[in-house]
Amino acid sequence: MKEGGVVKTVRWVDEPKVGLFERMYLPAIAQGLATTVRHIFKPQVRTEGYPEEEPKLPANYRGVHRLNRDEKGRVRCVACYMCATACPAHCIDIVAAPAPREWPDREKYPETFVIDELRCIYCGMCEEACPVDAIELTTLYDLTGLSREQMLFDKEKLLSVFDYTVQAGTDPVRTRAGDYGPAAELLS
Amino acid sequence: MTDFDLTHAILLIVIVFAVIMGAVAYLTFAERKVSAWVQDRIGPNRVGPWGLLQVIADGLKFFFKEDIIPKHVDRVFYFLAPGVGVATALLAFSIVPFGPSIPPPAPVPVTADMPIDQAVQQHQANVEAYRSERTFAIAPGLDIGILFAFAIGSLVVYGVILGGWSSNSKYSLLGSLRSSAQIISYEIPLGMSVLGVFLFVGSVNLEKILDYQVHHGWFVLFQPLAFLLFLVSVFAECNRLPFDLPEAEQELVGGFHTEYGSMKLGLMLMVDYIHMITTSFFMAILFFGGWHFPGLSDIGGTLGVVIKFIVLALKVLMFIAIYMLVRWTIPRFKFDQLMALAWQVMIPLAMVNLLCVMLAKELGLSPWLLTATSVVTFVAAAVIATRERSTVIQRPVATLQPA
Repeated sequence: MKEGGVVKTVRWVDEPKVGLFERMYLPAIAQGLATTVRHIFKPQVRTEGYPEEEPKLPANYRGVHRLNRDEKGRVRCVACYMCATACPAHCIDIVAAPAPREWPDREKYPETFVIDELRCIYCGMCEEACPVDAIELTTLYDLTGLSREQMLFDKEKLLSVFDYTVQAGTDPVRTRAGDYGPAAELLS
Repeated sequence: MTDFDLTHAILLIVIVFAVIMGAVAYLTFAERKVSAWVQDRIGPNRVGPWGLLQVIADGLKFFFKEDIIPKHVDRVFYFLAPGVGVATALLAFSIVPFGPSIPPPAPVPVTADMPIDQAVQQHQANVEAYRSERTFAIAPGLDIGILFAFAIGSLVVYGVILGGWSSNSKYSLLGSLRSSAQIISYEIPLGMSVLGVFLFVGSVNLEKILDYQVHHGWFVLFQPLAFLLFLVSVFAECNRLPFDLPEAEQELVGGFHTEYGSMKLGLMLMVDYIHMITTSFFMAILFFGGWHFPGLSDIGGTLGVVIKFIVLALKVLMFIAIYMLVRWTIPRFKFDQLMALAWQVMIPLAMVNLLCVMLAKELGLSPWLLTATSVVTFVAAAVIATRERSTVIQRPVATLQPA
């Protein structure tokens, strides 16, 4: 700000005028008490009583993983390692094996599929990377265990998460309309 | 002072002590609940139904905590301080009529048509009649009445200052110094505000003050300013927000009880709650007619006694609720503001109020006139305060020459 060749460095702000009404204090205190009492009878936020009351999570919540099954109940994963590669925390460990002869639609399937749930940062990049929508993050959030070993979820456990969420009707939302990911559509 | 039945008194002491301790415990619970509600939280609700057994958990916690005694403390006074605090706080309750009460008989004057023998007989008859009625107070009919409470109340400062000094810690000492300065400063408006009440009643006996209000109307109607001053003063006396400077956590860690732990800390904290109960009773009795409520106090028999208990309890609960709500409404005062409020605002106001009461009493004016003078005094004080601040502040003009 320049005024007559002098740069003003400080901008002075007037204090709000304290009039007679404010000087009497009591009306202001009464107003304050009214605000206090209003909060007692009309809380502005609602507290969830968590253990008794389950939170309503958004459908795209990123919780525990699940391995999806296809229509025949087989694991949908084709052991392509895309998720393990995409994982920034390196928590996915897959051992691939040639697919059984009865499964003509794929070359490989995961012999083991282990996710270290303690290492996982729940970023959802595995879900995005998966070409066949085999791995998904569910809305299960209350994940507990007594040891580190318990928190290594193997293929059976991850498939059981799928069964559980399907039964409970808490399927995660799909970001794409199709059954399979983009890569799967390229193949057909 | 009229003599009293010892067993009756001891029984009352035990009952009153138990009730006060229970009330203090549940006040801490109420404090936590009210704080939670005001802050849009839920508050303790895990122990027992609606968290009602939380107080037992809290008490047990205090008892079972490791009793740490710092090496640098003065052990005698360190142990004495919480005891002094609680004992003095409890003692003040001994004169409070916590239920229905009747005033002790006034002395019978000896006049020409009432010779001394007859007067003595008359007085003895009055005393007999008084003793046949039951007054619910530990020490009923104490003639120095509320002066005793004020004297004992001032002793609480010993608990504070002993605790602060014996802890041998800077935080404790500063906290206790502030606290004692605060309590002593607010004793003055506290005492002066009720002087007007004593002038009207002509007694400092609580039962007589109460009885006067039963017949002439509550004092809060005639002396609202005195009530306001009393209310503010007892907030300061109880170390409640906005006057809880002794315990200002940001500046003094824990105030005068920084070095205390386990049940000794519990006792220290109990003092404030006992004070809250006692001062609420005083406000209810001195200014709100105690157990009196128009239309409800004429009911006799056991039902009447119960109704009087309930009326008084509701009034006390109302004041305790105000204590708790104000805590979350007004921010804490600075120490200079605290002192300025006591010495520059409340004491002059109390003096003017007292002067008005004296004039009204001397000239035999209607007590309703005092209601008007109270309001006028209050507004006038506000006007004076507004005018003082309207001076223009000269500001230094900070300028910078362009390079």
